[in-house]
Amino acid sequence: MPDAERTPGFATLSIHAGAKPDPTTGARVTPIYQTTSFVFDDVDHAAALFGLQTFGNIYTRIGNPTCAVLEERVAALEGGTAGLAVASGHAAQVIVMHALMTPGDELVASKKLYGGSINQMNHSYKNFGWNVVWADPDDLPSFEKAITPKTKCIFIESIANPGGIITDIEAIAKMARKAGVPLIVDNTLATPYLCKPFDYGADIIVHSLTKFLGGHGNSIGGLIVDGGTFNWSRDKKYPMLSEPRPEYQGIILHETFGNFAFAIACRVLGLRDLGPALSPFNAFLVLTGIETLPLRMQRHCDNTLAVAEWLSKRPEVLWVSYPGLAGDKYHKLAKKYSPKGAGAVFTFGLKGGYDAGVKLVSSVKLFSHLANIGDTRSLIIHPASTTHRQLSDAQKVQAGAGPDVVRLSVGLEDKEDIIADLEQGLSTK
Amino acid sequence: MNHDNYSDNYIRSILNTVKTIAMVGISPKENRPSYFAFKYLLDRGYRMIPVNPGQTAKPILKQKVYATLSDIPEPVDMVDIFRSSEHVLPIVEESLRLTPRPQVIWMQLTVRDDEAASLAEKVGLKVVMNRCPKIEYGRLSSEISWIGVNSRTLSSKRAQNLGTGLQRMSLGKSDKKDAR
Repeated sequence: MPDAERTPGFATLSIHAGAKPDPTTGARVTPIYQTTSFVFDDVDHAAALFGLQTFGNIYTRIGNPTCAVLEERVAALEGGTAGLAVASGHAAQVIVMHALMTPGDELVASKKLYGGSINQMNHSYKNFGWNVVWADPDDLPSFEKAITPKTKCIFIESIANPGGIITDIEAIAKMARKAGVPLIVDNTLATPYLCKPFDYGADIIVHSLTKFLGGHGNSIGGLIVDGGTFNWSRDKKYPMLSEPRPEYQGIILHETFGNFAFAIACRVLGLRDLGPALSPFNAFLVLTGIETLPLRMQRHCDNTLAVAEWLSKRPEVLWVSYPGLAGDKYHKLAKKYSPKGAGAVFTFGLKGGYDAGVKLVSSVKLFSHLANIGDTRSLIIHPASTTHRQLSDAQKVQAGAGPDVVRLSVGLEDKEDIIADLEQGLSTK
Repeated sequence: MNHDNYSDNYIRSILNTVKTIAMVGISPKENRPSYFAFKYLLDRGYRMIPVNPGQTAKPILKQKVYATLSDIPEPVDMVDIFRSSEHVLPIVEESLRLTPRPQVIWMQLTVRDDEAASLAEKVGLKVVMNRCPKIEYGRLSSEISWIGVNSRTLSSKRAQNLGTGLQRMSLGKSDKKDAR
């Protein structure tokens, strides 16, 4: 590849970023380095590795060459400075918060998040002394109002799960900048093929690799991308980055690692000590998935628009919430943030309410009734009886998961077959 | 010379050409970034010379410390400046008085002085500002990819081992046509 003369396109990066041939064997596809540990060249090399003075591999809980290819791949696709792969999307969120928050601190988060994230922030974070303050992406000033001197970050989803809500990233990024806190965007549902949050002022991106990046429903994984944009040393708010670290003989991470210091902090403090490392085998499967990301995402979006348009004309259907539809409330935001398509996950409401939802998920034959999204297969779920069951009724409605709501993750099958399955499901008495 | 953007070949040709590097402003403390960079480059085969007037009593990583650039009794190919921007100009002026003159002036991350740079460029030196040679070596050799950093390089050729250990890689050949 000629060096700086050409900036490679998205499809090229999806295949090549991070994945030069294996330096030892010449293997062209990234090998699965299924090993716990890596031998040191000598005692001095070992000391330099443990002291963060050189780049290299020690132990797969801290880093692994297969996982590293995945980290660089996603960092390149998002336009970030560095990545860190972890065991799940949930682990990515905890590791990010661990680098930013101390007991008594607050985060401001969109109340329209994936139900699992709402649970994590409402309940698990309490044990760390991290307090979530909810804001409403449909009422932008609510974010500004939620910010206090204790606020350490703002957390949103680019395309929210499950409601098909597009968040105004740029407007919220401006508020974050004014408050001097980083904006974290969960870009799972959009993937960098549809939306690039760093272009709109995000500072950190998190992913569940489990969904469209991996894309085949075979591996759980998560990834953190450092945008390299945030000044961690402006004040003493982020001691993991701006203060000498007792874990590493007094190193100051921001000063030492510059614009990829946040990713390093997540690795050498968060992942090292909390431990949710990604298996190299899962990294390999996700890497294979990413090679076809642009092809798959476009087909996912095209199929989804066709299904959403068909559903919106059905007598059994009360409403369809898909930002790709011309009349949708979020259509204008979708045109700005996700112009190639509004993703493949959306919800619709059945006139028959809770019982009709249960009946539909029970009668489909091609759609699989399960909790995941972002698979080659079409998936269906009735959130009120499953993923969002733990939330109160008010929280369910707030999260777009009321009793009549059905969520689809439209797959890569022929769209005629997908629609035919929904038709027979809706017609079943 | 555009100092906001350097081509990979420009940086690679510098790091492939220079053999002796004087690091001005090195700290003897092993948790400081200058010590990290010094040790890393020493370990990659460069002849590294520490320069710090307050630290001449004891060697750093077994290398004799000189108070000033002018005290160094051997030719220096590159001067690496680990001082803040306001201290750069006199260091560059001193570098230009050396015989023979160094070929490269390098200023560390966050360090930049365009006036000093143009002085050096006028007499034929190459200048790099606001970059770290350790990070650039790591990026162009692919070593930095091991810690998930976006190296911004793609290649269908494998990275070459330096030959002095399993986890030390070489920079690869410079492409002469784009070295400037």
